[in-house]
Amino acid sequence: MIEAIELTKQYGDKRAVDGISFSVRPGIVTGFLGPNGSGKSTTMRLILGLDAPTSGDVRVNGKHYREHAAPLHEVGALLEARSVHTGRSAYNHLLALAQTHGIARSRVNDLIDLVGLHEVARKRAGQFSLGMGQRLGIAAALLGDPATVMLDEPVNGLDPEGIHWIRSLLKELAAQGRTVFVSSHLMSEMALTADHLIVIGRGRLLADMSVDEFVRTASGSIVRVRSPQATRLREAVLGPNVSVTSSETNVLEIEGVTAEQVGEIAAANAIVLHELTPIQASLEEAFMEMTRDEVEFKTAGASSEHKELAA
Amino acid sequence: MSSAAESATIPRLTQHGRVTQARVVVSEWTKFVSVRSTQWSLGVGVFLTIAFPILFAAITSSRWGSMSAHERAHRHPLDIALAGVNVAQLAIAVLGVLVITGEYSTGMIRSTFIAVPKRLPVLWGKIGVYAAVSLVLMVPAVIIGFFASQAILGRHNLLQISFTAPGVARSIIGGAVYVMHVGVFALAIGAIVRSTAGGIATFAGIFFVIPPLMNILPTSWNNAISQYLPSNAGRQLFSLQSSVHNLTPTAGGLLFLGYCAIAVAVAAMLLVRRDV
Repeated sequence: MIEAIELTKQYGDKRAVDGISFSVRPGIVTGFLGPNGSGKSTTMRLILGLDAPTSGDVRVNGKHYREHAAPLHEVGALLEARSVHTGRSAYNHLLALAQTHGIARSRVNDLIDLVGLHEVARKRAGQFSLGMGQRLGIAAALLGDPATVMLDEPVNGLDPEGIHWIRSLLKELAAQGRTVFVSSHLMSEMALTADHLIVIGRGRLLADMSVDEFVRTASGSIVRVRSPQATRLREAVLGPNVSVTSSETNVLEIEGVTAEQVGEIAAANAIVLHELTPIQASLEEAFMEMTRDEVEFKTAGASSEHKELAA
Repeated sequence: MSSAAESATIPRLTQHGRVTQARVVVSEWTKFVSVRSTQWSLGVGVFLTIAFPILFAAITSSRWGSMSAHERAHRHPLDIALAGVNVAQLAIAVLGVLVITGEYSTGMIRSTFIAVPKRLPVLWGKIGVYAAVSLVLMVPAVIIGFFASQAILGRHNLLQISFTAPGVARSIIGGAVYVMHVGVFALAIGAIVRSTAGGIATFAGIFFVIPPLMNILPTSWNNAISQYLPSNAGRQLFSLQSSVHNLTPTAGGLLFLGYCAIAVAVAAMLLVRRDV
């Protein structure tokens, strides 16, 4: 369980996190979604007490992280930034962390096996690939068998097999009744694993809802209709909140009404329909739509600021 | 137990312990011995502490015949026996800085503070482990340096001094105690500055740059101020002869301890307050 109240972090002039309140519940996977630079990593550092909030408060399992007598049993965390001494072996890294809580060496070996680093456990972590580094970070996060697991961009650098492994791991952790909080800037990744979403952009909370609700709220659904009487249908459906576009002859894309409503209007007006398809925006599109104004770094041509810089 | 089914792949932990200072010390020991810079720096420190007295004893023995009476009068066996301490302190100081800045430069500090979010036990653990290790290694090293240099000089019957003569044992052991404090002071500087280059530069500035600058001051000022500098105060721990412009070994040692305490206190205050 993670509870943030009006959490704010200011670095100089920049508000990295701007008054966000949310709670992360146990037993499900909660996705923490936002474009790069939107404040996800800062929020996680605030949760872990690595950074102190400028104002507001955040508690984990009822207490400030720093107040827990055995923090590794409360929260297991993987941060996006590398958090391993490059000169130390994976085994010794995990052992040093385990020893702070009196966790046995056998537990260290169990986790090395779980994440598949058995062959390289005695190698220096500095020689690890990005994917191996992620696996080591996940082993560290699970070391204390924590009630809350918090992973920042866990699939970064993993191969397809590793990504698949992470997805099933997250689901299993949630099924065991743990609080699972996972950040990503990729909506598609969240769509496959998360039950609930917390979306932020430029440090502000944009959405806190289930994945299904998110798609329904963030995007107006579009109905695609094919009819030989397209012109009459257009006139019949048009209303104050309805817009109609047409990309080819006899095909309309109607926004603002449901497929059922279009069918009923057509029947009432005796209009023949050849096709009636509700088109749901993908999660990716819903996310893009929601965060369009909140993206920190736009691509070339997308922003006027960029043109000014180039001039 | 019904937990077997639900923990099909992720092993569960049966016993939950808490963070204690003793456990953090064990963890810091594991960290300390599991990086290469430790063995290198300690090896160099111990080697220099023993090798320099042997080297200088050999040179002094072979060149004794061509030295003037004045030059001979200015040779002191303890200067030879402790010649390595001046060099070894740099190796010990560099490692002291690295013990903490190595964690900042690699990001390890975040893992450390996630495991021990109260943070101060980490600082006490690092200081405890490092002080104990450097003292345990340096005491035998200075004693070996003393007896080895005396043995070489003794073959020519030169500059003999007894370990039990007044002040001799105190000076020799004092050399090791001094180096240990230098290590702790450097560790505190590292914790304050948080960068390896900055930490080593700050240490070198305080110990090697500021003292010679004092010679530019008018002599009366220099005599009044220099004795209170950390390096000169600490040096009294291992100097046998004391002059009017130097503190006594006890006063100098205590002042040096005070400097270390201030550096550690500042480091502790910043460690708890700053974001990582």
